[in-house]
Amino acid sequence: MKAFLKYLPWLFLALFAMEVLIVLKPKKETGLHTAQFGRLPALLNGRIQPLDSVARNSLLQIRSTGDAPLEILPSWQFWRHAKKLKSSEWLLEVFFNPEMADTRSIFLIHHPDIISELKLGDLGVEKSGLRYYSFNEIKPQFEEIMKQSQSASAVEEAAQRSSFQKQVLKLANAISLYLRLKNSVQPEGTGNFTELLADYQSTMPAGIAAVRAQQSGRGVEMMEEEPVRRFMGIATQFEFTANNSYPLLVPPVDPGIDRDGWSNVGASLLNMIRDNTLPPAVEYYSRIAVAYTDSDASEFNSAVAGYKNWLGSDFEREVGKGRAEYYFNQVKLFLHATIIYIFAFVLAGGALLTFGTWPNLSESLRRSAYWLVALAFVVHTCGLIYRMVLEGRPPVTNLYSSAVFIGWGACVLGLILERVYRVGLGSAVAGFAGFVTLLIAHNLALGGDTMEMMRAVLDTNFWLATHVVVVTLGYASTFVAGVLAMAYVVLGVFTPTLTARKEFDLSKALAKMVYGIVCFAALFSFVGTVLGGIWADQSWGRFWGWDPKENGALLIVIWNALILHARWGGLVKERGLMNLAIFGNVITAWSWFGTNMLGIGLHSYGFMDAAFKWLMLFVGSQVALIFLALLPLHLWRSFRGQKEEQ
Amino acid sequence: MRKRIYKLLTSVRVAVVLLALGLILVFWGTIAQVKLGLYQAQSEFFRSWLIYWQPSGSGLRIPIFPGGYLVGGLLLINLFAAHLRYYRPGFKRIGIAMIHLGVVLLLLGQFATDTLSTESFMRIREGASSNYSESNSLWELAVIDTSDPKEDKVVAIPTSLLSSGKELSDPEMPFKVRPIKFYPNSTLAAKNEGAGFELVKAENTESTEIWWRSLPKVTQMNFRDIPSGLIDLIGPGGDARTILVSGHFSRPQTITIDGKELLFEVRPTRYYKPFRLHLIDFRFDRYAGTNTPKNFSSRVRLDRADTNEDREVTIRMNEPLRYSGETFFQASYDETDEKGTVLQVVDNPGWLTPYFACVLVAAGMIWQFMSHLIGFATKRKKA
Repeated sequence: MKAFLKYLPWLFLALFAMEVLIVLKPKKETGLHTAQFGRLPALLNGRIQPLDSVARNSLLQIRSTGDAPLEILPSWQFWRHAKKLKSSEWLLEVFFNPEMADTRSIFLIHHPDIISELKLGDLGVEKSGLRYYSFNEIKPQFEEIMKQSQSASAVEEAAQRSSFQKQVLKLANAISLYLRLKNSVQPEGTGNFTELLADYQSTMPAGIAAVRAQQSGRGVEMMEEEPVRRFMGIATQFEFTANNSYPLLVPPVDPGIDRDGWSNVGASLLNMIRDNTLPPAVEYYSRIAVAYTDSDASEFNSAVAGYKNWLGSDFEREVGKGRAEYYFNQVKLFLHATIIYIFAFVLAGGALLTFGTWPNLSESLRRSAYWLVALAFVVHTCGLIYRMVLEGRPPVTNLYSSAVFIGWGACVLGLILERVYRVGLGSAVAGFAGFVTLLIAHNLALGGDTMEMMRAVLDTNFWLATHVVVVTLGYASTFVAGVLAMAYVVLGVFTPTLTARKEFDLSKALAKMVYGIVCFAALFSFVGTVLGGIWADQSWGRFWGWDPKENGALLIVIWNALILHARWGGLVKERGLMNLAIFGNVITAWSWFGTNMLGIGLHSYGFMDAAFKWLMLFVGSQVALIFLALLPLHLWRSFRGQKEEQ
Repeated sequence: MRKRIYKLLTSVRVAVVLLALGLILVFWGTIAQVKLGLYQAQSEFFRSWLIYWQPSGSGLRIPIFPGGYLVGGLLLINLFAAHLRYYRPGFKRIGIAMIHLGVVLLLLGQFATDTLSTESFMRIREGASSNYSESNSLWELAVIDTSDPKEDKVVAIPTSLLSSGKELSDPEMPFKVRPIKFYPNSTLAAKNEGAGFELVKAENTESTEIWWRSLPKVTQMNFRDIPSGLIDLIGPGGDARTILVSGHFSRPQTITIDGKELLFEVRPTRYYKPFRLHLIDFRFDRYAGTNTPKNFSSRVRLDRADTNEDREVTIRMNEPLRYSGETFFQASYDETDEKGTVLQVVDNPGWLTPYFACVLVAAGMIWQFMSHLIGFATKRKKA
């Protein structure tokens, strides 16, 4: 038993480290090299990204998931993996086999009124209370959807739209995105893209001659000739795709002059009228298209590899970016960190619960939790750094990355606390905070691309690295103080843990931890806020503008100052300190999310209202904890039978 | 009694109460922005001594909460008093002193900014130049004498003086101005457009009928009040001529006085500079394939006669031009053709205070917490 407890931490560490290593190992592909296809670079949202990111972010906007499942399994059968199209596979299907893609249940509609309005009740598939529909199923209702979405977009202020209208708009956007994806390489309905291109090239001289003649006012009859009519027909199709495609797939002709001058396939085909030479990229894509339709794996693979080689000489950086971001998409470092954090939290919880009753087990669980948190922290850090390198930016650039970074900061503090007080509390906090923040980040990522380019004002790495990082650490430390206080209340009221050991007063230790963390929080939030003011002074000429986000940061500063003064002045003791720290959670959550929900001010970059419900639930839970903490001490399990001291 | 007041002033309890009041104030003022707009909420909640509640329909103004100046001012007093009472020189407390000094500096600096700084805008088209900036909220009545071909003679009267109703004179003006009626925000119409509109009876509205009415003050960020006023021009003989002046007029009104043509114009208050800025090129860069702005920048030539300065500068986002006590920021541009720039010009004598304050507070906190931490660590080692 003793030996088992001694080696248990190592066992856990080895198990999870193995899992991470397996995930990191690149996989070999057989058949169609869809992964190679997914690595190809394209330009979208102002940045070079792999086709896999195009696919994934589109699916996120349409279906709120990164893949397209082909079958629906009941949630309780968690050991079975549903068959699914990976993002790149789905994109290939949308590009080159749209009839099939139209039957996939990818459109998420979750407003009951839309479902009944569009008479979709009996259609679609259901999973965990959410309904998904295929393109074919919603196609008959297009007119209605467009009508509703037009009346929704007529409401100018986004905040004034009803939730029905917001959902209709979201659906209309998803449909338009999907339609554009379908026309991003070849016009929808093309049988053989290579043949279509050959036809276009061969009829082009006659077509151009006819158009010239017509412009100079003669030769109207030339327009009626067969090759001319064919040419005009194809050109019309390409014009449509030029106006209705999504990613820019064709690299610039001369990267030395304008490296960002990518264009879409349709536009580059219309440009051919100048010299009648097919852009090599389009030629490779047409080979890929035909090979995919013919299920010719070796031709498909050779076309993809050929295109990559062709790109390689002039577009090495872009190819490298595609490969690197593809790998990042695949390994899902943050997901694995989340899983490890959960386990660490459970183990640390176990350590705390057996703290007084079974010291040996408690110590073993504590060490297990500590090592797992350390492992999760390494994975988390790798993910953070990988993202920074991909973006060429400091860690926090938007709401999504702020969630990732708050979790990271909380984890650092938790690990330090665990080094100082070896009772499992630090690990529990780190596991809890890491898990919750990464979960929040995951939900924020459902909006689509999380590596979007920075708008002009924000395009400054200096201020992103100083103000944003420091103020986010302020958020993180205020949350850590709050989580410690939550632990105090929960452990104190429901368990005897706080006073379980005579020689070590956990409640005093917790009070010291919270106090120390609040000191840090005050430092970070003050310096971060003032740096923000200085940034504003540098870019708008005013230090303080009472903008909601600024005020939110100020509230955290004031609150931390209030806690410290209340403590120094003896206005609060242990329990009061805990309650103030818990309320700090409310204030921080409001500054982090609530201010963006107001939909005003310079910082309202992350307006969202689905999160409002969660914010309210969170605030409610914190207030409930504060009430719980106000229970008389003799009702607390930990303090039962002790004399009232506070 | 005096002792009790002293004790109260210096107590930490009061500090905590004031911080709590500040917290509520900031939160409330932020929420209020949704309804009132940023500017209005700012002046009602933060740049005020008291917050008033106005029951709708009644003219009552009932103070219900301390405003920003009151809370901030009391905090300052509390801070000073507490230092007088508790501060003992020595290394141990020096951190606290630094933190509080930094906070004081920050609060005073902001008060100075509120009262002393001016913000204005300079609009320049490509190829053109400008030597003045215009206020975004203040207006002036300019009386322009163009009879000298070399130089215009201008007398500018701030419109705030017109709303006071007092008679105004200037040695450069051959007449006095007596305001009759002044609307800080107004609308003009060619005919009676409904309730509140009145026919204007003035010399310059005899040929074309003009109706006017007063409007409530604008609270949205991107709009401004446009004033109009009726004034009497009183000649040396005491004869009065009534004319209408308004920010709505697209060109100055020409009035002939004693055979001299004078131009009357209500325009945004101008701040003249001792130099000119020529706009060479304005650029609006976007990210490839999108409409997302990547950068705005203005290439300007700064030319100043009295110092023989003549140089080119680029003003872009996050990189303003600081020159002769003022700062020029890239603020906006001409949206019609992207061939004109709008620079925000800020004259803020207190702009450096936050920099000092930040360093002071950060150093103070690090000092204080580190000494705590080291004390804590050594105690643990011994134990």
